[in-house]
Amino acid sequence: MVQPAEQVYTGRTESRLTGAYLVIALLALFVGVVTGLFQALSHAGVNLYPQLTPVVASYYQGLTVHGVMNALVWTTFFICGFLQFVATRAFGLPLASRTLAWMTYGLMTGGLVLAAIPLLGNAATVMFTFYPPLQAHWAFYVGLTLVVVGTWLVTLNLVLTYRTWRAQHPGERTPLAAFMTLITFAMWSIASLGLAAEMLLMLIPWSLGWQRGTDPLLARTLFWFTGHPIVYFWLLPTYISWYTLVPRQAGGKLFSDPMARGSFILFLLLSTPVGMHHQFTDPGIGQGWKLTHAFLTFAVFFPSLLTFFNVVASLESGARTRGGRGLLVWFAKLPWSDPSLTAQVLAMLLFAFGGIGGLVNASYSLNLVVHNTAYIVGHFHLTVGTAVTLSFMGITYWLVPVLRGRGLWSPRLALVQSWLWFIGMGLFSFALHDLGILGMPRRTMMSAAPYIQPEWQALRPLVGIGGSILFVSALLYFLNMLLTCVASHAPAPETPAFAEVLSGPEEGPAILDCWRPWLVFTVILLILAYGHPLVHLVSNTPLNVPGMRVW
Amino acid sequence: MNKHATLYLYELAWMLPSVALPVGMLAALAVTAFGAHIGLPGEAGRVDPAAVMQTAPFNQPGVVEIAPGRYEAHLVAGIWFFNPPEIRVPEGSEVTFVATSKDVIHGFLVRAANINAMLLPGQITRVTARFDRAGTYPFLCHEYCGIAHHTMSGKVIVEPRS
Repeated sequence: MVQPAEQVYTGRTESRLTGAYLVIALLALFVGVVTGLFQALSHAGVNLYPQLTPVVASYYQGLTVHGVMNALVWTTFFICGFLQFVATRAFGLPLASRTLAWMTYGLMTGGLVLAAIPLLGNAATVMFTFYPPLQAHWAFYVGLTLVVVGTWLVTLNLVLTYRTWRAQHPGERTPLAAFMTLITFAMWSIASLGLAAEMLLMLIPWSLGWQRGTDPLLARTLFWFTGHPIVYFWLLPTYISWYTLVPRQAGGKLFSDPMARGSFILFLLLSTPVGMHHQFTDPGIGQGWKLTHAFLTFAVFFPSLLTFFNVVASLESGARTRGGRGLLVWFAKLPWSDPSLTAQVLAMLLFAFGGIGGLVNASYSLNLVVHNTAYIVGHFHLTVGTAVTLSFMGITYWLVPVLRGRGLWSPRLALVQSWLWFIGMGLFSFALHDLGILGMPRRTMMSAAPYIQPEWQALRPLVGIGGSILFVSALLYFLNMLLTCVASHAPAPETPAFAEVLSGPEEGPAILDCWRPWLVFTVILLILAYGHPLVHLVSNTPLNVPGMRVW
Repeated sequence: MNKHATLYLYELAWMLPSVALPVGMLAALAVTAFGAHIGLPGEAGRVDPAAVMQTAPFNQPGVVEIAPGRYEAHLVAGIWFFNPPEIRVPEGSEVTFVATSKDVIHGFLVRAANINAMLLPGQITRVTARFDRAGTYPFLCHEYCGIAHHTMSGKVIVEPRS
């Protein structure tokens, strides 16, 4: 029996599962946003931390909570919910095992609670990067590891679902959103091995007292093995919405399915063998390896350039069906009254600057200007903080109503929220980029620093103002979400259908729907980029650095 | 021209500059890194973190002249200080900083001299810079290292040639 590849599957279990993940994700985002406000004010010279004790013990505890909740929890839980929803609808099939799906959710939530206890209790004020010799309570490391293990189980469930689909559809191209979901989780499962090794072989035994010492350089190298591809774990689900849903929301079609598939395959190959660009200023790693990773980082920029072209061309196809004319002015004819579309298009606009900033960071010697400065903070608020977060918010503007069975409480408020985020983030991030070039450090309580440079003074208030606008935008977002769930009487929308394509999957070569060659290439590239450095580090590293709790 | 050929040509017209741009930027980088000798910290040896204060050169933090106009600054970072917090050299000097941490990971940023390096316990960091202009070059720790991280700073004072 052949089923149409895009039949609309309305599985209730998957809807409940997605809703369960979103509840945790949104709670995490709320906590992350509240802590963020006080950091932005500190940059502007306003120190409210004495008023926040004992709930928040210090700027640094608040910052750790902010990083963990925003960069690790909001993202991971949203992605597991959203992609399981999208993939099952693309396949037209339920998840292979509902039991596994709910057990995984329990494992991930349990891990989060375990990590949150020391985190909120100021026993894990080590930033979301937790570099040793800073040593947190063991429950922090164990809890986060359980969350990562959960993502591997999500991968397993999706792979089993794909096998069922493939058995029913031999020779057909995998539906695009499902293919992209599988790539995302395959890439992440490989990438997370670095973090898993760091946790299981170093940080957990060390924090439990089974190992006396550890090594900071080996730990950092394993962390950043995962730490760069994690940003693609965040970005690829964003791209899935931009490629498979936004074109239809814009009134048009996806320009090229084969190019989209190709770009995701390139992300599978190139997301992980680049992590040393986060270690350009580290001692103990040779310049040759750093240059190799710089080269590969420029290579991974290529699929984002392909995405830029394909997504903009798709938006253009929508704007032109709505009467858009001219070389650039068609942009105004996009359906700007749709908050889900507006949020995601605004996210794309700011992301362009985030991408350019990323190129600066990756530019080997230019990294000497920006490493560990406020420039980096400006950069990642444009990328994970806007491209990913504002797009995810835009997705929730249809997803939460669909899951809840009630229409969005106020589309107008959602539009205001999106524009406020765009304006606030533009101001916030512009000021931080500039401050970074002028040498202001990141991860530092600026309201208490004795070395403020005169050239920073004009820009610091802008960080506070931008951050405050972002906070207001977030409050409006949560208000809208809450009222949608409990008070809206508007009719629930239909689940958006996947976009049609101008250049379809059959136009691309069959190798774009294969797995084995690409997985093999991925492993080969990883061995080339990390094999020798890791073997060298592991075989020459005494684990002799003791842990310290310095907060 | 049929629709598929047109779409394919648009794709190609985008892909070619998308490859050329990163390749060009990378070539520019290679020229600056190797032609202009702007290097990143590399492998410079290890030190036993438990015995840093007894191990040369960290047992004598400070500045030594190793040749006319060339200096080595032996620097130890710890919670929450740089030792020495003040480094004095004459205008026109080339200074190699030989540094490490005695406890957690610290950073070393001398913005006005383009020095940016991580200081890891167990690792030796070597970075070299020229100080051609007299003046004060503040430096600070830019890696979170605990509750008083924001107080960690120092300065290089470059004295004018009299």
